Amino acid sequence: MRFKDVFSIIGPSMTGPSSSHTAGAARLGRIARQWLGCTPDRARLTLYGSFADTYQGHGTDLALIGGLLDYVTDDPRIPDAEQYAEEAGMEVEFYTSGLPAPHPNTVKIELWHGERACSLIGASIGGGSVSVHSMNDFRVQISGEFPTLVLRHADKAGVLASVTSTISSSGVNIGYMQVDRKARDGEALTAMEMDGVPNPDMLKRLRGLDHVLDIRVIDLKRGVDSDAI
Amino acid sequence: MRFKHLHELNTICTAESKTIAQLMIEEQVQETNTPEADVVKQMSEYYQVMKEAVRKGLTEDTTSRSGLTGGDGKKMAEYIRQGETCSGDASALAMAYALCVSEVNASMGRIVATPTAGSCGIIPGVFISSQERFGWTDEHLVNGLFCAGAIGYVIANNSFISGAEGGCQAEVGSAIGMAAGAMVELRGGTPEQVVHAVGLALKNTLGLICDPVAGLVEIPCIVRNGLGAVTALAAADMALAGVRSAIPSDEVIDVMLEVGSAMPSRHRETAQGGLAQTPTGRKMMQKLAKPKAKRAEPEQELKPADSDTTTSGADNARVDKDNQV
Repeated sequence: MRFKDVFSIIGPSMTGPSSSHTAGAARLGRIARQWLGCTPDRARLTLYGSFADTYQGHGTDLALIGGLLDYVTDDPRIPDAEQYAEEAGMEVEFYTSGLPAPHPNTVKIELWHGERACSLIGASIGGGSVSVHSMNDFRVQISGEFPTLVLRHADKAGVLASVTSTISSSGVNIGYMQVDRKARDGEALTAMEMDGVPNPDMLKRLRGLDHVLDIRVIDLKRGVDSDAI
Repeated sequence: MRFKHLHELNTICTAESKTIAQLMIEEQVQETNTPEADVVKQMSEYYQVMKEAVRKGLTEDTTSRSGLTGGDGKKMAEYIRQGETCSGDASALAMAYALCVSEVNASMGRIVATPTAGSCGIIPGVFISSQERFGWTDEHLVNGLFCAGAIGYVIANNSFISGAEGGCQAEVGSAIGMAAGAMVELRGGTPEQVVHAVGLALKNTLGLICDPVAGLVEIPCIVRNGLGAVTALAAADMALAGVRSAIPSDEVIDVMLEVGSAMPSRHRETAQGGLAQTPTGRKMMQKLAKPKAKRAEPEQELKPADSDTTTSGADNARVDKDNQV
């Protein structure tokens, strides 16, 4: 099911004018920010399809920037997001592309903070719902509807078993899980949509596991940067 | 969810003597593991946002960022005050409120996507005008939103709700179907009548293209929200009178999917066809095209990690001249 509950139909409460172009864009920006783990110094956004055609009139650019500042979809600051980005010391560049994309409303977001960098490709699929297709060029499929753990880890036997057993011992159920790797024995990425909120203790234990490189929490309901947990 | 189709909504609700709203609340609680009170509270908050948008549209400046639209909701409300309307005061007021909410949306104000922002005027237009007319409590209307949500859930998962995917039939059309069905339940109609109202309403919007001038959610979206509110009321009346959708409503939803999938991309929110490409539409677009100096076109190729998902390549393989610097 693409749409999982009643609030993916009625809602979100949002700043107009387009659930795809503003609400969905704000959510994609927020997911990217949480993937980075903090406010970026620099953001480069490439827009495809309808996003590229009409982003200025729709305020898609403002909504994306708002999301990068961790604003929710109906934050009244979204129409003035450019100004707030400047105040936050965030440099934002927009590019448009006429090349094919996975969905008519697609954005590639690349973020930097000091030495840290991340990228994400996602689409706004209608009604403010979003679908993230890739993170750091790894294939994923996450909706942002559920608290999501994203782990970067080495592609080694047993890593996933220790990760899932750590999670299950915290009493949290995994609803959806996807693993992708760059190459055998190379870096891998696992995205897990959870039924419950990951707690700090679970994250600490996961970070301590062998071969786990990094872990981030994507949670649009709470919007907490992983660094702070 | 225990249902995927409208006929299942009818079967379950009839067998268990429940309204669609009650079923939707129960299913939402089960699906999200959230207490009922929280689920209802969330929806109540959304209803307050809708009311506030009507108020704002009636009393504040709703000129959009483009300057193309604004103030029509107020004009309608004033016209109703001045004399006898052609479509009847109930229809005219639903239309006025729908225009108001849609204009607040276009001016980057706060609204609730129902199911999308482009179609955000229809449900508030129908609901809030009917609440004033029939003296209903907020609680009753919040139940109506759950009923509308159940209908939208079925449409969204069997067809689509966004103009970019399925044309305006998917966006404004879905909202009309949701509002029509919910209105039937709010008036005490049976689940079966609700389902027929959805089919009757959707049949009247099949094939509706999404052709926004300059790609903005303004022309013709705002007017279609106003007219959509009236269609919803009319479809609800038909169903309450006992009119049935001769083609089962679930099959109508399947037709929406078929028609939307066959629709050329120029009629799916790209502003490449329809009203957007009329001589006047083109002039408006040219007037608004003011690319910012720092924009560039590096033609950075996007390589989706999952190449299977690449779609409509030919549709999108065009150079974006408007944004070239």
